Amino acid sequence: MNKKIIFMFLLAIALQSCESVKEYQKSKINDTEMALSAKKTEKFENTFQLYREASSGANGGKTGGGCGCN
Amino acid sequence: MKKRIITAACLAFLFANQSKAQNDTINSTYKKQKLKIEEINFVSSYYTQDGDNSAVTGGKGTEKLTDIATNFEVILSKKDSKNNVHSFDVNVGVDSYTSASSDKIDPSTVSSASYQDIRVYPSINYNFENVEKRYALNAGLSFSAEFDYTSIGANVGYTKTSKDKNREFSVKGMAFFDTWKVILPIEIRNNPTDNDANHLDTKPRTSYNLGLTLSQVINKNFQMAFLADIGYQEGLLATKFNRVYFDDLSVRSEKLPSTRFKIPLGVRANYYLNDRIILRTFYRYYYDNWNINSHTISIEPSIKLTPFSSLSIPYRFYTQSAAKYFDAINQHQLNDEYYTSDYDLSKFSSNMIGLGYHLTDSDKGIFNIKRIHSLEMRYGYYTRNNGLSSHIITLALQFK
Repeated sequence: MNKKIIFMFLLAIALQSCESVKEYQKSKINDTEMALSAKKTEKFENTFQLYREASSGANGGKTGGGCGCN
Repeated sequence: MKKRIITAACLAFLFANQSKAQNDTINSTYKKQKLKIEEINFVSSYYTQDGDNSAVTGGKGTEKLTDIATNFEVILSKKDSKNNVHSFDVNVGVDSYTSASSDKIDPSTVSSASYQDIRVYPSINYNFENVEKRYALNAGLSFSAEFDYTSIGANVGYTKTSKDKNREFSVKGMAFFDTWKVILPIEIRNNPTDNDANHLDTKPRTSYNLGLTLSQVINKNFQMAFLADIGYQEGLLATKFNRVYFDDLSVRSEKLPSTRFKIPLGVRANYYLNDRIILRTFYRYYYDNWNINSHTISIEPSIKLTPFSSLSIPYRFYTQSAAKYFDAINQHQLNDEYYTSDYDLSKFSSNMIGLGYHLTDSDKGIFNIKRIHSLEMRYGYYTRNNGLSSHIITLALQFK
């Protein structure tokens, strides 16, 4: 329960302190390294972690199924 | 069955939506656009590992394994008369691996069928984006086949972007309808140790996943994403060729509950520190009803060498508690209801450190080949505190 509260707290803080950023101000946000997703080269790293560790999910992928993994 | 009907209905709705958009196009003065290739991605990796806790041999024995994985992706798109974007993502992956421990399922053979295996997994995804109303709908189908495992998957998703394009919310549902071909260890094939499955039976495993993502631009240098998944699996969740040795030295095939409920929660935060350094960070908390709790933290500073190239140093720390059904070799008791000696379900922590290089040049192309838009290479060294270690090297090329 504590962890859920911390998660919600972080979410509230993040949303509270947001600035309205115009499109022409997004040159840094639009940098490829700033993408809020795993890189193409992380694809197979994530796959082997899915096999070698008991956890999965919350990284834009799946939590299980589709292969003989966890 | 109901879930399959709902999935099919969602897909039908999405494709009907596309047809309607196409008809509108014909009726207007708009000149119909053809699908064009947006990008082609090629990713290939070589993975090797070693350790001494193979689940096939009851938690003791070599875990030596090598895997060569390749993925080929083509993204096509077109705009219709209403400026809506239709895109298709066609993907084919092939994994080829050799595993020393799989050879121990039946050590009397020179090389058992599962010593070497190939997994092929094609998928297709369709995305409809209404630019004016700032939403997108997507749906996809996937298939995977290997020697003892086949999977059919479907997914549907919805994304809504805020007016200022600083916030995006997406929801995605996935379902996988998988089938195991049961392979038992050689010594218990004629006398299975439980009622879960007999040798060469086919058993289902079904997985459902609901994923929610909220991403937010915080300021000109900083953006975050909050990710939450709910996962549920049912069917044969044990790997039946894994052995478990009990305290009386008897052997059985791994046995695990037929359902599993998972809740992972994640946060991604990327910060543009200055013109040279970008910081990529990720944290995940995971819980499931097999009593596994885990924490994942990763941090990846990326250093710009030139406007077109960067070097990154990814580091990842992971720690998990043991599943309540795990015990080491010769530790399980005969009256245990469920049992496994698979060290992937044990308590451990791991570290991974690597090096990445990214080169992009949309004007001249890479190696002066205009079509190659970017090149990415990445190496990772992974160690677990129970002795397993691995190396992975990956190459990604993007063509435009």
